[in-house]
Amino acid sequence: MHLLKNSAHRAWLVLLIATGITWYLGEVGAAGTWAIVAMLIIAFVKGRLVVLDFMELRGAPTMWRMLLEGWLIVVSSLILLAYWISLK
Amino acid sequence: MTTLAAPAPATLHPGKRLPGDLAIWFFIMAEMLAFAVFFASYAFARARNVELFNLYQQTLDRNAGALNTLLLITGSWFVVLAVQAAHRDDSKAISRNIGLGFLCGAGFLAVKIFEYGEKFGAGISLSTNTFYMFYISLTFFHFMHVILGMVILSVIWSQARKGAYGSKDCNGLESGAAYWHMVDLLWIILFPLIYVMR
Repeated sequence: MHLLKNSAHRAWLVLLIATGITWYLGEVGAAGTWAIVAMLIIAFVKGRLVVLDFMELRGAPTMWRMLLEGWLIVVSSLILLAYWISLK
Repeated sequence: MTTLAAPAPATLHPGKRLPGDLAIWFFIMAEMLAFAVFFASYAFARARNVELFNLYQQTLDRNAGALNTLLLITGSWFVVLAVQAAHRDDSKAISRNIGLGFLCGAGFLAVKIFEYGEKFGAGISLSTNTFYMFYISLTFFHFMHVILGMVILSVIWSQARKGAYGSKDCNGLESGAAYWHMVDLLWIILFPLIYVMR
């Protein structure tokens, strides 16, 4: 279990599992509001792990951390807005 | 000389450090801004053609898309391990992990070429319809970034073989690693958006 003390190993494991969940949602034909929200949350969590544990911005100056995390929030929100419009 | 110069930036942000060169982060933000515009354009174009997008999305190879996600995630992970190896001055592990990251990138390209071969073989092109226009241009734009990332990894690999990186100097390695992670980050949005969300 000492392997999981390395944040990069933990992030890699979570990223693999999260990708499997997104793939599975596709396999079962998940569609509509809840599926889109679930996939966007998964993508956001994955993106944040890449930013914090792979790009190693966890300990970076706040501005840079906010720029990349902000990018994830803006992109997910725009996608959510577009899908919400399409469901109306 | 260098020992005197090195700690200077730390005093600006006590305890906080941006890995790699500042310039690479501006470059990464510019690239990510371009992709944000593309992602939003796809989503809003889809909102006006929901049936068309849902119909042709089903022709995409979701397994190939998921496999490519795993390849980029694993490639990124190897490159993190290379940076960690540099911090503990394990120079053999630096080049080995960069090499493995590069191989993951090559695997991604092979899967993508197989996918393109299938689509182009079926006579699909940019002008087939709006969905394929977005699918081909977005994934191809990303494909070019994977290639650039691999060029950067090969430069870093040969530098690492010469022993250029260690705990005292790994700015070049961290800069290249940051770019490679960006390629991964973009695909993490692109895969659900184009292959799965409906």
